Amino acid sequence: MSELDALMKAFGESGGDSSILTNKEVAHFVVSGHSILSMQSVEGLEVNAKETLSGISASIRVREGIKLQNPVHLCFGILHKKGNQKIKMDVKLEKNASAHFVAHCIFPKAEKIRHIMDAVVDIGEDAEMRYSETHYHGVYGGIEVIPKAVVKIAKNGRYFTDFTLITGRVGKLSIDYSVEAGENAVTELTAKIFGHADDDIKIKEEVLLQGDNARGLIKTRVAIEDEAKAEITGITEGNAAGARGHVDCMEIVKDKAVATAIPIVKVRNSLAKVTHEAAIGSVDKKQLETLMAHGLTPEEAVDVIVKGILK
Amino acid sequence: MPLLEIKNLTYTAGDKKILDEFSLAIESSEVHALLGTNGTGKSTLAYVIMGCEGYKPASGEILFNGKTIDELKIHERAQLGITMAWQEPVRFEGINVRNYLTLKSKENDSARYLEMVGLHPELYLHRMVDKSLSGGERKRIELASILALHPKLALLDEPDSGIDMLSTQDIINVINVFKKNGSSVLLITHREEISLIADKASQMCRGKIVCSGNPEKVAEYYKSRKCLVCDGEVCAYV
Repeated sequence: MSELDALMKAFGESGGDSSILTNKEVAHFVVSGHSILSMQSVEGLEVNAKETLSGISASIRVREGIKLQNPVHLCFGILHKKGNQKIKMDVKLEKNASAHFVAHCIFPKAEKIRHIMDAVVDIGEDAEMRYSETHYHGVYGGIEVIPKAVVKIAKNGRYFTDFTLITGRVGKLSIDYSVEAGENAVTELTAKIFGHADDDIKIKEEVLLQGDNARGLIKTRVAIEDEAKAEITGITEGNAAGARGHVDCMEIVKDKAVATAIPIVKVRNSLAKVTHEAAIGSVDKKQLETLMAHGLTPEEAVDVIVKGILK
Repeated sequence: MPLLEIKNLTYTAGDKKILDEFSLAIESSEVHALLGTNGTGKSTLAYVIMGCEGYKPASGEILFNGKTIDELKIHERAQLGITMAWQEPVRFEGINVRNYLTLKSKENDSARYLEMVGLHPELYLHRMVDKSLSGGERKRIELASILALHPKLALLDEPDSGIDMLSTQDIINVINVFKKNGSSVLLITHREEISLIADKASQMCRGKIVCSGNPEKVAEYYKSRKCLVCDGEVCAYV
């Protein structure tokens, strides 16, 4: 079996649809370790990628006015127990373009793996980008995931990202996102993570509302159990008139796990408004009792609640 | 043998008796309305029957189908057929109405239960049971979820609060469905017009039943504000 077939098999086993590789109307970019296995573009989308000494370097452009009808699938993985993957991405959506990128990060046998993503994203005027990243990890926890993104959104631009890691062990995760929103720009950063054993989760997300009437939301949902740790830092700055920002963090803690939430809100313009809410603790008692009154055991009820917040 | 029999139940919070040697029996398929003003112990009684945390009685006994349930946890009581609709139902992230209505019910007929509580299935089945629902919508969905369970005993804590007056008929319709399905209902309410649908009614004051029997007579007594236990001190204020 070729490496591409093996990766797509693992992708299929983790719930993905491997037929995306054969559909000519769907763009894709598949990387295993530091090897580019498959790449396909569609009209209006330019992908230039190369294997370098230190990893993969990719430049992705969506041309002006182009609205991609189908999501662009990015598949990153390492099927071996050990390895490194470093991906440098430069993404640009030109004026009035729109695209949805779906990233599948697959590390089913990870025992000693390091996955680094370093992205620079530039959203043009009136452009819209959605980025959904879902991780599929194995049960060993020997993985380090370090995604970093610096995003700049121009006037009326929109940027939505959704990071999900609820299958398998998290390992060591260190997210570092920074988004700068211009006039009337909108951004939402969502992360959903379930940590087990001695998983170590660190998230730092920053939204700088620089333009008038810019809007930002940081929404984090984390459940941790056993001896896992999570430290969530959500930073929002309202630096222009009419800017509106909100930081919303919820962490459910079980067993001996330890959670920390650090919402940081700053306002430098009297016409801006930034709010935050953080809830950390065990499962809400009233939610638990309501589900138990429906006949669910305490274990089933906790499972429903945790799956709900991570959905 | 009554379906539910409460014998001399006393529950205290601090040094205050919330339920004071309280006794009540509900027969199978009986709708029993419990009237009373704020702070008379109606909701506490429901929490004690359901077995909620922190609501263990100091003395007394609760029998369900002739067997004591005092040591059972909430889900064990639910599995016997007791369930409860809270006065202010809690919200859940990431659970839609369709899934909420089928958490434990054997059938998958969510649309029908929504219609029974006056909600259009097409508009609500995909909605989340979260903060996006109004208080009234959430209460209706809770009632639908309780109907879907086909309980032997439903504890309904003020199902009419938070729902506009024009929808009182919807609540009455829901109670009638419980009756039709053979469920017993303990209907906790402030409103005597709702209590009239019951087979029997009781009025509570200071953790005791002060009047019990025919719903019309109990409603009249309730409206008269002539409670002998509190001498009007509690029951005059509705």
